[in-house]
Amino acid sequence: MLGVAAIRRPRTPSGWIVPGLLAACCVFLLVGSLSSSLFAQQTVSGLANGGIYASLGVALVLIYRATQVINFSQGALATFTTYVAWQLMSWGLGYWPAFVLTLGIAFVGGIAVELVAIRPVERRGNVLTVVIASIGVLILVEGAVGWIWGSEVKFMPSAFPARAIHVGGVAFSLQDLGTIGVSIAAVVVLWALFQFTKVGLAMRAAALRPEAARLVGVRVSWMLSLGWGLAAVLGAVAGMMAAASPSVLLQPSMMDGVLIYAFAAAVLGGLESAAGAVVGGLAIGALLNLLGSYVSWVTPQLLLPAAFVLMLVVLLVKPSGLFGRTQVRRV
Amino acid sequence: MRARLAWQLAVIAGVAVAIALLPFGLSDYHRSQGADVAVYVMAILGLNIVTGYTGQISIGHGAFMALGGYTTAILTHDHGWNDLATLPVALAVGFGAGVVVGVPALRFHGAYLALVTFAVALAVPQLAKNYSHFTGGTEGLALPTHTGLWLYGVGWAAAVILYVLTWLLLRGRTGRAFRAVRDSEIAAASAGVNLAVHKTLAFGISAAFAAVAGSVYVLVNNFVNPDVFGLQLSLYVLIGAVVAGLGSLWGILAGAAFVQLLPIGLTSSHAVSSQAVPVIFGAIVVLVMALIPRGSAEVLRAALGLPIRIRSGHHSSTPHSLEAR
Repeated sequence: MLGVAAIRRPRTPSGWIVPGLLAACCVFLLVGSLSSSLFAQQTVSGLANGGIYASLGVALVLIYRATQVINFSQGALATFTTYVAWQLMSWGLGYWPAFVLTLGIAFVGGIAVELVAIRPVERRGNVLTVVIASIGVLILVEGAVGWIWGSEVKFMPSAFPARAIHVGGVAFSLQDLGTIGVSIAAVVVLWALFQFTKVGLAMRAAALRPEAARLVGVRVSWMLSLGWGLAAVLGAVAGMMAAASPSVLLQPSMMDGVLIYAFAAAVLGGLESAAGAVVGGLAIGALLNLLGSYVSWVTPQLLLPAAFVLMLVVLLVKPSGLFGRTQVRRV
Repeated sequence: MRARLAWQLAVIAGVAVAIALLPFGLSDYHRSQGADVAVYVMAILGLNIVTGYTGQISIGHGAFMALGGYTTAILTHDHGWNDLATLPVALAVGFGAGVVVGVPALRFHGAYLALVTFAVALAVPQLAKNYSHFTGGTEGLALPTHTGLWLYGVGWAAAVILYVLTWLLLRGRTGRAFRAVRDSEIAAASAGVNLAVHKTLAFGISAAFAAVAGSVYVLVNNFVNPDVFGLQLSLYVLIGAVVAGLGSLWGILAGAAFVQLLPIGLTSSHAVSSQAVPVIFGAIVVLVMALIPRGSAEVLRAALGLPIRIRSGHHSSTPHSLEAR
């Protein structure tokens, strides 16, 4: 389910555009970073944001592939789990124990949301009613965060020291490097789970061919719940990394904006491809950060509209995204 | 059939009289609350046309409300317009914006459209913050103040006009085409309905209504800034439409009253903290979707024995048939 769907695509002339474009982007970032230390710094901190968008984006892809539902509550669930982590730490737990415990809570929470709020709706309704229900969960969870912890900004500690390491005259903050590392690690662990374990195989089967999977003994509905649990874990990673980054403050609505970037990342990758969402997230993170620091009229307020425009253009020009396969709709 | 029509007319007349007489028994503060209910009536009407009747979900109606609100604010604040005269302008601006959004929306289905409109809802306040020389930025613009009675009168006059227009629109040829698009695009196209024209038209009308709602909203607040039109407003309109019942005009008053008055009621009664409002709202949205996807229109029918039959006839007019592909 997390495999790269694009590899088996026949290489038509237009099939080379996407890899070519990606290669050109990489070359651009590399050359820029080598020629200017500021550029390198901005690229890395952009990639750190991108790692956050990527992990939330993969969470969205996970659920979309299984049920064709875009989970609008993904950001709110991430916020909730981040507050849980904050609470655990303020009770005196160390960062990493709190981190791991939070992931466990997120997993259970994600499954609970699927069981309580989504499954009863799915049984009667269709994609749209489920989407509206997920918006209901968004309102509920974000409201619960405000109710429990209040709406004032909290300070989220970071796992990484506030130092920078110097490589060839460029100062990379450990916070940025750590965020990239943790986000990518989370996605890789998930990929390995899907690729190398029995449960992962069953989940891929349940997402791809629910009927056939049921026939060979896969409990499809349980696999969907599991998918929600794993998506919530990824969201928790994204939330904890985001809250510690300088650009996002720990408050009930903190993931609203991040969710849009994650949407854009997932759409850029074709909404069906986890690898696409990772590439999309990193690309959007780097691009927006560079736009913000080099184009003078792009103020911080314009970054979100910029992500929106990017998303719109991708959907209009190539709805299957960079990595998705074109789908034929049956009548 | 005739008895049904009489029933319907009687109910409508009763509600209309109640709305007309209500402000005389209210304090000025409560009259402006009543005007806010009218705002939600208009916004939910708009959302219902595009989502409930044409099957295109929009989570971004707060953005169109922002457009109408800023049209009114800028025209009165910077250009000295009479505030009533700005309402038709807001309607036109909203229609234009709706068409502009509706054309790319032709390419999106179901969940994708939800995604795009959600992003619009978040992006528009950011734009308003950025172009502050035009919109007043986060400090906002102040508008002339009015009495509660004036606001109530203007709000409900606008709401009633739009409601009647909607009813006329939906009972005729265009309304049938909308419902046909919702129930099956392919069948509608085969029957000669121009999909592109009708979907764009639905978006345009819907956005125009939302823009007028936004104008009145700004007049009631006598103030506008980007945070007024945040994501919460878009979500509240959606909650109202869900509670009202997608694909029916009967529950709209109930949906609007619910969204506007429940938070105020909870806050003033001190029964629960006002912080609990979104929790309750969220839970209700999920419950409605799970149990009664047709919303309060369905409940009203059961409670009053009202002959609410949605004109397309069979059960396909529930949101079940808001088919997303």
